[in-house]
Amino acid sequence: MARFVMEFERPLVELEDKLDELKALDVASLPELAAEIEDLEREVERLRETLYAALSPWERVQVSRHPARPKTDDYVAELFTDVVELRGDRAYGDDEAVFTALATLGARRVVVIGHRKGRTTKENVRRNFGSPHPEGFRKARRAMRLAEKFSLPVVTFLDTAGAYPGLEDEERGQAWAIAECLATLSDLPVPVVVVGIGEGGSGGALAIGFGDRLIMLENAYYSVISPEMCAMILYKDTARAAESASALALTADDLMRLGIADEVVPEPLGGAHRDPAPVIVAVGERITSALEALSAEDTGALLENRYGRLRAIGVFAEGDG
Amino acid sequence: MPINDWFKQRESRRYTVTSGSGADLPDGVWRTCPECRKTLYQGDVARSLSVCPHCAHHFELIAADRIEALVDPGSFEETNASVGSVDPLRFSAVKPYTESLAAARESCGLAEAAITGRARIGDRAVAIGALDFRFVGASMGSAVGEKVTRLFELAIAERRAVVLVVASGGARMQEGMLSLMQMAKTAAAAERLARAGLPYVSVLVNPTYGGVTASFAVLADMIFAEPGALVGFAGPRLVEQTIRRSLPKGFQSAESLVDHGMIDGVVPRAEMRGRVAAVLGYLVPGGDV
Ligand SMILES: [Zn+2]
Repeated sequence: MARFVMEFERPLVELEDKLDELKALDVASLPELAAEIEDLEREVERLRETLYAALSPWERVQVSRHPARPKTDDYVAELFTDVVELRGDRAYGDDEAVFTALATLGARRVVVIGHRKGRTTKENVRRNFGSPHPEGFRKARRAMRLAEKFSLPVVTFLDTAGAYPGLEDEERGQAWAIAECLATLSDLPVPVVVVGIGEGGSGGALAIGFGDRLIMLENAYYSVISPEMCAMILYKDTARAAESASALALTADDLMRLGIADEVVPEPLGGAHRDPAPVIVAVGERITSALEALSAEDTGALLENRYGRLRAIGVFAEGDG
Repeated sequence: MPINDWFKQRESRRYTVTSGSGADLPDGVWRTCPECRKTLYQGDVARSLSVCPHCAHHFELIAADRIEALVDPGSFEETNASVGSVDPLRFSAVKPYTESLAAARESCGLAEAAITGRARIGDRAVAIGALDFRFVGASMGSAVGEKVTRLFELAIAERRAVVLVVASGGARMQEGMLSLMQMAKTAAAAERLARAGLPYVSVLVNPTYGGVTASFAVLADMIFAEPGALVGFAGPRLVEQTIRRSLPKGFQSAESLVDHGMIDGVVPRAEMRGRVAAVLGYLVPGGDV
């Protein structure tokens, strides 16, 4: 795959390329080159830190969409063993935009549900770029029911731009499929741990996107509407997505502040794609410790707490004040 | 303003002339039916539940009228009337969210897009709510989510059936993730009602979209819609852009939803009260014998 450059990191990438060029030259024949390279390395490092140290919400959205960012497939491959995929909604088809499986995390058997973006174009076409059809949500619900029946905790991975807004999707009840997931998840009598790994696009993310813990990667986002569509509605101009991204309070930090997320997993400077392995390991540890804590709760308390978490979300006025 | 005052005030406004969306016109105004283009006297329209006497076009109704049209006369008692939106994210775009809220309150005389309360339908105790599309497109932010959730909880506590008349543009963008999470919150409350073995009937009216359709609106035991109502998840323009061809006639209409198996029926406004009462007759626990 050709290297993917996000707009805001272009100056850095140009400098990095320059550095690579210099390094490729024959240092022995150009004695002053070593010093030159050292200077440039310092410059690259400095720029990298200023550029990535405080990403804007819109820049984080771009990082969350980076094609090389670790995806559900990567987390499943690295963290889980003995994976047995569940396929099909038993009504219409098998939507590859949603991955469901029986899997083992450490010593714990779980049900995994995740939005599934592809790595290659071919994969992405099959998986509709991670935007589920109704049958994807119905497959997810089937997996939830299986988890209930066999008392298996559920781990979900969020990475979708949103539910697919197609014609047949509407005709096959996209809204119904999402709503049924919400209802099922709300009182599923097993622990549910949610990890925001990339994009958290609206109702399509929420359908598998709440539970007993919400773990957000530092540059993952979760939003009621995409910044582009928000800008389209507000300004009739998708180019103003950056402003919308700031206004929507969609970053991991925003979600902590709003009392929606429970913890944030830090990413390496520049994003998880620059060094995925430690991020994936950290996510595995967070899931494991969340499941450990939740498994100690009895089912009644677990469900009361889950309802209480939802019940506490919202800011409104009451009374004449 | 409490709903009873609103009714009183409406009485006092008879035979004045105003312009507006059409949902709250005083009786002494002439209007044109958008469907058959005939000129109608608002007094006649109001007497027929705001349905065109010539072509049966269903005009928009304000939430208070929606409730009045369904419940036993005089039985409605509002709850949580003072719950209203604030601006938790200090959302400011073309105009500040606080200004949109103030304008909506001023023009609708409502604290929020949802009205909820206790009532009786066919002498059965219900918890009833309606959304008012004039109020920020009846979008669901924290306050609407809270009122709908409390309505389900009230119904569980008092063993009532729930009836909701839904219109909405979807989740309220201006409250960001707080709005999105109201979908989960209201769905969770609806699920609790279901677990309590209590019936829930929803009435979808034009238009119902987005995060409201994809949460509590379609989790009912039976779903009815008004003729011609448009109901969906994604708006028609977005769908058209996505598929890059024009949409079939009747796309997302109540009538097509019946064909696709998504709702239980298209019911004219004048028959809705009877239909809801009939369903409650079957589903309200201990209703007979
Ligand atoms: Zn007409």
